[in-house]
Amino acid sequence: MAFGGTATELFRRSPAISAGRPAVGILIIQVKDMLMKKLINDPRSVVDEALAGVALAHPDLLRVSLDPMFIVRKEAPRAGKVAIVSGGGSGHEPLHGGFVGVGMLDAAVPGPMFTSPTPDPILAATQAVDGGAGVLHIVKNYTGDVLNFETAADLAEAEGITVRTVVINDDVAVKDSLYTAGRRGVAGTVLVEKIAGAAAERGDDLDSVATLAETVNSQMRSMGVAIAPCTVPHAEEPSFTLADDEIEIGIGIHGEPGRERIKIEPVDRIVDRLLEPILSDLPFASGDSVLLFVNGMGGTPLVELYIAFRRAAEVLSEQGITVTRSLVGSYVTSLEMQGLSITILKLDDQLMELWDAPVQTAALRWGR
Amino acid sequence: MALGTDWALDWLSRTAATIAVQRSHLNTLDREIGDGDHGENLDRGFTAVLTELASFDDDAVPSDVLKRTAMKLISTVGGASGPLLGTAYLKGAAAIVDLPELDGAALVAMLTAARDGVVLRGKAMVGDATMIDAWTPAVDAAARALAEGQSEAEILDAAATAAEEGALATEPIVARKGRASYLGERAIGHRDPGAQSSALLLREAANAAIA
Repeated sequence: MAFGGTATELFRRSPAISAGRPAVGILIIQVKDMLMKKLINDPRSVVDEALAGVALAHPDLLRVSLDPMFIVRKEAPRAGKVAIVSGGGSGHEPLHGGFVGVGMLDAAVPGPMFTSPTPDPILAATQAVDGGAGVLHIVKNYTGDVLNFETAADLAEAEGITVRTVVINDDVAVKDSLYTAGRRGVAGTVLVEKIAGAAAERGDDLDSVATLAETVNSQMRSMGVAIAPCTVPHAEEPSFTLADDEIEIGIGIHGEPGRERIKIEPVDRIVDRLLEPILSDLPFASGDSVLLFVNGMGGTPLVELYIAFRRAAEVLSEQGITVTRSLVGSYVTSLEMQGLSITILKLDDQLMELWDAPVQTAALRWGR
Repeated sequence: MALGTDWALDWLSRTAATIAVQRSHLNTLDREIGDGDHGENLDRGFTAVLTELASFDDDAVPSDVLKRTAMKLISTVGGASGPLLGTAYLKGAAAIVDLPELDGAALVAMLTAARDGVVLRGKAMVGDATMIDAWTPAVDAAARALAEGQSEAEILDAAATAAEEGALATEPIVARKGRASYLGERAIGHRDPGAQSSALLLREAANAAIA
C-alpha cells in the first residue's frame, strides 16, 4: 500500500516536506480500509493555515491574531459598546469566525479541530474587544467549552472586565438533561449571535444583551440528521460510521450520536422526523410567527437544503405557523459531514427587527 | 520516606512519557464514546509540562511543580480535560503549599483536594463514568492505607490500584457527564478515557515513589 500508516507518519515520509518544499495540494490519509482525500497540507497546521487565509481574505472586516489564536472585528475595541465573544472547536466554519464584523461578533476564538479553545486565547480575545461596557460570552453547551469559557471569564473578571455568559442549548435530540451533560448548542447559535450582535450594535447595555441572548436561546429548538460522517484531519478513522443505507437522526455537530439510527428515507419523511420533536418541545402553536433555518452540515448540496426547506415550510403552514424569516445554507458545519439540521425560532417584533438589522461579516451580509 | 521535589518532578516526567506511549490507546477509547482526541490533547499538554520541568530552581518545593503543571495543562490541553486536570493539580498544590517534603498525611490531603477540585468544576459523581470514578476510589484507598500506617509509596500504590479498578468499572455503566452522556445505553461496554488517563497518572505517582 503506497499510502499506509497514519496521517502524521505519512506526512513525515513525504520527501517534499522533509526537503522543506511546498507540499502537493491533496493529502491522502489512511482511514480504516479506505483512503481519505483532504485538501490540506499538514493535518497539524489546518487551523493556522485557514486562519491565515481568513486574515488575507477579509482585511476590511477583521484582524487575526495567530498566537494566542483569535479573530477580532477590525475596529475593536469600541468604547462604550458591549462586546460579544464566541468560540469553540474548529471544523464548524463559518461558525464562529465568519460572523465577526459589524452587527454580530466582536471576536471569535477558534480551538483545535472539534476541541474547545483553552482559557488564555479566550481571555486575550475578551481583553482585545472590551470597550468598557462589558463582554458577553456566547458558549455552546459542551462540557469542554463551558469549562474553558468559565475559567476565562474568572480570569477576565480578575482583570476588572465584566463578563456575562450565555450557554446555548437548542438541540432537542438530547432528551433527558438530568442524566446527560444537557442539551447541546448547535445551529441556533448563529441566530443568537446575529440578534445579540444587533442589540449590542444599537447600544444596548450588557444585561439587556445577555437577557436577549437568553430569550433567543429559550425560544428556539434544533435537530439534525447525518447521512455520512466526517473525518477529523489528525484522526485515523471517521468520527463515526454509518452503513450505506443508514442515517443518524439527532446527530450532534461533532458526529455525536442522537436519538436513533434508521434506514434512509425520502427527505420529506426525514424532515417530518426532525420537526416533530422541535414543534412539540417548546411548544410552537398555531398563529406563531417563526424564523425557519435549514442548515447544511458541510457536505450537503444547497439544492437538497431547499428541498428540505420546502417540506418544513409546508408542515409549518399546515399547523398555522407562519414562516416570516428564513435562512438556508451551511452556517454551522461538521467538516465534510453530509446532513442537515432544522432550527425554528419563535419571533416577536423586537427579534424580527434585530434579525433584519444590518450585518456585515464574511458569512452573513445584508442591510447596508 | 517523605517525598520531595525530586519525586514531584519524576512523577510528572514519568506521566509525560506514559501519556506519549498511551496516546493512541486513549484516542481509541475516546473515539468509541467521544471525539477521539483525548490522547492527542493530553500528549500536547504533558509535552509542554515536560519543557516546563527543565526550568526549576533548586529551592523549588513540590507545590511549585504542581502549580506550574496546572497552569500549563489549563493553557495547552483544551477540551474538558484541560480545566479539569489543571484544577486537580492546582487544588492539590494548594493543599501542600510550601511543604518541602510530603508525608502520608500530606499526600492524602493533596489527593483529596485534587479530587474535590475536579468535582467542584465538573459536577460529576462516582458512577457518572468520568475521571471521578478513578479519583474517588483512589482518595478512599489512600486514606485507608494512611490509617493503616503504610508508607508513602504504599499509600500511592493503593491509590493507583483503586484508580485502575475504578477506570475498569466505568465499562459496564451509562455515562452521565461529558460527550459520552449523549450515547445513553450505547456507552455501556466502553471505558471512560478520562478515568483511564487519571489512573495512568496516579500509577506514575506511585512508580516515582517506589523508584
